[in-house]
Amino acid sequence: MHTLKLIIKNALRHKLRTTLTVLGLVVATLSFGLLQTVVDAWYAGAEAASNTRLITRNAISLVFTLPLSYESKIRGVEGVNGVAYANWFGGIYQEPKNFFPQFAISGGSYLDLYPEFVLSDEQRTAFLRDRKGCVVGRKLATQYGFKLGDVIPIKGTIFPGQWEFVVRGIYDGKQATTDTSQFFFHWDYLNETLLKTVARRANQIGVYIVQIDNPDNAAAISRAIDAQFKNSLAETLTETEKAFQLGFVSMSEAIIVAIRVVSFVVILIIMAVMANTMAMSARERLSEYATLKALGFGPGFLATLIFGESVLIAAVGAGIGIALLFPVAKGFSAQLGTFFPTFEISSKTLALQAGAALVVGIIAAIAPTVRSTRVNIVDGLRSIG
Amino acid sequence: MEALVDIQHLVKSYRRGDQIVPVLTDITLHIAVGDFTALMGPSGSGKSTLLNLIAGIDKPDQGILRVAGLDITQLSEAELADWRAANVGFIFQFYNLMPVLTAFENVELPLLLTSLSRKERRERAEMTLALVNLTDRMDHYPSELSGGQQQRVAIARAIVTDPTIIVADEPTGDLDRKSATEVLDLLNQLNQELGKTIVMVTHDGHAAARAKSIVHLEKGELVSAAAA
Repeated sequence: MHTLKLIIKNALRHKLRTTLTVLGLVVATLSFGLLQTVVDAWYAGAEAASNTRLITRNAISLVFTLPLSYESKIRGVEGVNGVAYANWFGGIYQEPKNFFPQFAISGGSYLDLYPEFVLSDEQRTAFLRDRKGCVVGRKLATQYGFKLGDVIPIKGTIFPGQWEFVVRGIYDGKQATTDTSQFFFHWDYLNETLLKTVARRANQIGVYIVQIDNPDNAAAISRAIDAQFKNSLAETLTETEKAFQLGFVSMSEAIIVAIRVVSFVVILIIMAVMANTMAMSARERLSEYATLKALGFGPGFLATLIFGESVLIAAVGAGIGIALLFPVAKGFSAQLGTFFPTFEISSKTLALQAGAALVVGIIAAIAPTVRSTRVNIVDGLRSIG
Repeated sequence: MEALVDIQHLVKSYRRGDQIVPVLTDITLHIAVGDFTALMGPSGSGKSTLLNLIAGIDKPDQGILRVAGLDITQLSEAELADWRAANVGFIFQFYNLMPVLTAFENVELPLLLTSLSRKERRERAEMTLALVNLTDRMDHYPSELSGGQQQRVAIARAIVTDPTIIVADEPTGDLDRKSATEVLDLLNQLNQELGKTIVMVTHDGHAAARAKSIVHLEKGELVSAAAA
């Protein structure tokens, strides 16, 4: 007979109580993991950002554009290896709820700066040859059933009109965290149309993407770029891609903080439930603990029994919760569509779930252990379980 | 005869709120090696307290309590725990078996505190269960055994470590007459055939009659000590 066997048998003594506690732990661990994954998804863009890319935008606000003429000036800054540009299109596919990000991009130069978008040479050539061509991410293509050659109608909002694009490429992500929910088409196509319809809005750029030679030079290059356009009609603000992405995240910071708080409150609640379970169990077994002490077992053995049982229950609940997180997150992601570019469970989330369960198991056992190890043997033997 | 338990001027009281309640007053008693002593007396006379003190699960306020020459009142809690594990076998009125362990596992339990190997523990536990005629019940849980059988498992647990002294607190108090007789027969056997020193608290005159000597307590004082 071993201590572990005794721990397992004690844990299974009140099957209904243990089952309900494990169920609570499953729900708590699952909820905690799911909420942490939602928070991670919010930060996914920033996390996936390259440290060799800078974003240059209008210093006043992102809604204001920059002249196309800035491209050559930016390219001339020392340390700059490449420049591309993009405009947010913001159109509607069929219905407003079918949201996905659409960008008018500078064709090949843009794709060159994003090696994480994996596109075959054939599809890349096909896209570059077709003025009305577009490239869509795998996630987006899967969600809406886009295939090569499909014509996608999009109703413009920022750029009014009914636009049509032909799918010439479907890109995959190099990593699991790469955003494959985007839609790219030629900036030239947008610009030519604008020249015909609203000429004053033509030759304008939303953001410049700047490839730099060395991440250590990011600050200096940013300053150099912005200095070029100081006191112009369109001053620039250049920052790292990560800082640019975090700027978007900060707009939703209150929601993110609320989600984080809720995720930890869930853990606190289950901690209270678990502590109650262990306290009840220990109280019922006071005479057994007194008997063990009378037989010569020390406080360490009693602590091992109580902590072991508590951590075992927590581990089983957390194990099931973690295992369930994968299918639940998949279903959750499918329901959200392209709301989050990526919805991946990180190893950090799994570690946090396991760590939280371990902390719950340990904390829940502290009070019952203290009480049991301090019980006077004579008083304990008199107690009725 | 050589005294196994040597008690001199033992005093014990309990605190009940602001009041100090004296339980034992100036007890002096000697229990010889190989004796079978019954502690008798009305409720509140202090007999269970005296047994707890002899067993080392409670500490006196004053006096000397030597068991096999060792003054156990001077031991720390940890030293007392080790001493109990090596020297005392406990038999309780309500058996106090671990409900999640089988009869075999309950008997093996005190051996976990020894340096015996798993094989040696198994052999010793099986041999002890055979001694109390429960070989065929060793895989049964306490809830699957009668009261008499449970008390025999408890006796096996008490003697499996070959203790210096066995303390029994009302060992027949929860048993029917037949089971009580079986348990007393077993205690007599342990005392007479294996030479075990037994101190037993009982209300039952029939049980006390099976002891070699009877000690009467009243209101915390020793009234008489005589051969049964």
